[in-house]
Amino acid sequence: MAEPTGTRVRSGSRVPRRVLPYVEGAALVLAVIVPVVLGDRTDLVTLATNVLILSFLAISFDLCWGLSGIMSFGQALFFGVAGYVIALVGRDLEFSEIWGTLPLAMLAGLVLAGLFAAFLLLGRKPPTTIFVALGTLTGSYAAERLVSGWQYVGAGNGLSSIKLLKIGDYEFVEGTAFYFLALSLLVLIYAGARFLKRSQLGLVLAGMRQNEERLAFFGYRVQLFKAVVFSLAGLVAGLGGALYSYHQGFIGPGNMGPGLSTTAVLYCLLGGSGTLIGPVFGAVTVEVLSYVLSDLDALKPIWPVILGLILLAVVMFQPKGILGLVVSDRERIGSYGRRRKER
Amino acid sequence: MALLEIRGVGKTFRTLRALDGVDIDVMAGTFHGLIGPNGSGKSTLLKAIAGAHVADSGTIVFEGRDITRATPYERARAGLSLKFQITAVLPELSVYDNVLLAMQSAETLPRLLFSLSRRALDGEVTGLLERFRLIDRADDLAGELSHGQQQWLEIAMALALRPKLLLLDEPTGGMSPEERRVTGELLEPIKAHCALIIVEHDLHFIRDICDRLTVLDQGKVLDQGDVEAIQRSPKVQQVFTTRV
Repeated sequence: MAEPTGTRVRSGSRVPRRVLPYVEGAALVLAVIVPVVLGDRTDLVTLATNVLILSFLAISFDLCWGLSGIMSFGQALFFGVAGYVIALVGRDLEFSEIWGTLPLAMLAGLVLAGLFAAFLLLGRKPPTTIFVALGTLTGSYAAERLVSGWQYVGAGNGLSSIKLLKIGDYEFVEGTAFYFLALSLLVLIYAGARFLKRSQLGLVLAGMRQNEERLAFFGYRVQLFKAVVFSLAGLVAGLGGALYSYHQGFIGPGNMGPGLSTTAVLYCLLGGSGTLIGPVFGAVTVEVLSYVLSDLDALKPIWPVILGLILLAVVMFQPKGILGLVVSDRERIGSYGRRRKER
Repeated sequence: MALLEIRGVGKTFRTLRALDGVDIDVMAGTFHGLIGPNGSGKSTLLKAIAGAHVADSGTIVFEGRDITRATPYERARAGLSLKFQITAVLPELSVYDNVLLAMQSAETLPRLLFSLSRRALDGEVTGLLERFRLIDRADDLAGELSHGQQQWLEIAMALALRPKLLLLDEPTGGMSPEERRVTGELLEPIKAHCALIIVEHDLHFIRDICDRLTVLDQGKVLDQGDVEAIQRSPKVQQVFTTRV
């Protein structure tokens, strides 16, 4: 039998052992015990809740970039718009029941992202990465400017004193209950994103990231797949935006602008894109570092510079992010068919 | 009726007339070779059929349907499958996943999301890998394969689409004589269910596997017919003795 020649390559290489499930398990255990450890430090429980909520935005961006190769510089748009939607529903309709408002926020994120996807992704010719990046950035910037001058939604001051999230007579205020609500929803969203990534659809996305043109010749409608994932990412961001509004009791123009959108990109790059859990670690790292550095008197005037330098160093010297230290490329990309015995 | 009817197809790149009024018929179940000197328009014609280039003039009709302006996606769905000249396997996916990705392309989005066909396709994917002698490398990354193995993987991926017409652009490029012989053996069984258009510089390989040949020169059809007729053609002999 002929054995093709050319560069001799290693044969029978084994698939490296998977570490992501252990990282995910450890992260979940840690997340569950955080409020117990923090005890009555309500300020830290509030910070931890905030980190969980921003993790929705991080996962939303990872669905776009890490899984599908869509560079969105406007992911905060869906986060912020959903936040405004539930704030207005609370203010004008006096409604904040969890069974109605959170699905509404997800729907707002889904529909808005779907409209953006239709415009940016579903043209006759496949759009370039730069076109999509600038399109989403422009959308995010335009929305921030629009809201800043619109009195009905509070203009530059945003909307405050947002009605508390309710289940029947129970109201979610800042604290442990809200933390576990956010954690439960984050775990559900994470499980859904993980299910998508490991499905046959995830294989299509993995192929798309490597060679879009090749997939079109297989008969895949690449842009449609991208539009679907982008819309789902909008749904995830929308849920995060609603939780943010309820938790902070406030939503402002800055929550849908390029600033927060870029922060989501940083979460992803810092933690490790394409891993789903990496961007969550990125959100934890950025937010905790911001909190710690801004709390130190000596560093107060310059903490954003220090944070920026740290982020720059990670992006330059560890481009695969924090998780890139322990997760192989093979595991990050995923394996969808048979696997030989692991070593 | 021909499976593929190409009528008066032309393609110009700036000032270069790459294809000029090409007429070809490809019948179902036949292996059709495209030969000609470098720059004669063979790969351009193959790409115009697959949709990588859109013809400026003329028509391309596949199974009675005009696909001249169809997208690559639409052509693939219609039953056309292209193996690129430069290997375009997905290097960061395993060999198995490359074939699975091609094979599952007919599935709907919900079926892909819920992985409803993963088990059902396993036998077919494994069968193709066994046929193309890649089963022992199934879990390795496609980028780790040798050049020859990548060529075989590409052909396996193109066949995984269950095409009615397979387009192969230099499938034996960079292969040893023995590998070329094996490639011919691997292609032979597909004749029962799939026609083939093949661009190849190795005239011995082309002669051994093809039923009909079309000779292109400077973007035009110089001659076409069965293999014996082309071998005897004075026009073809002149081109191949003076310019190849």
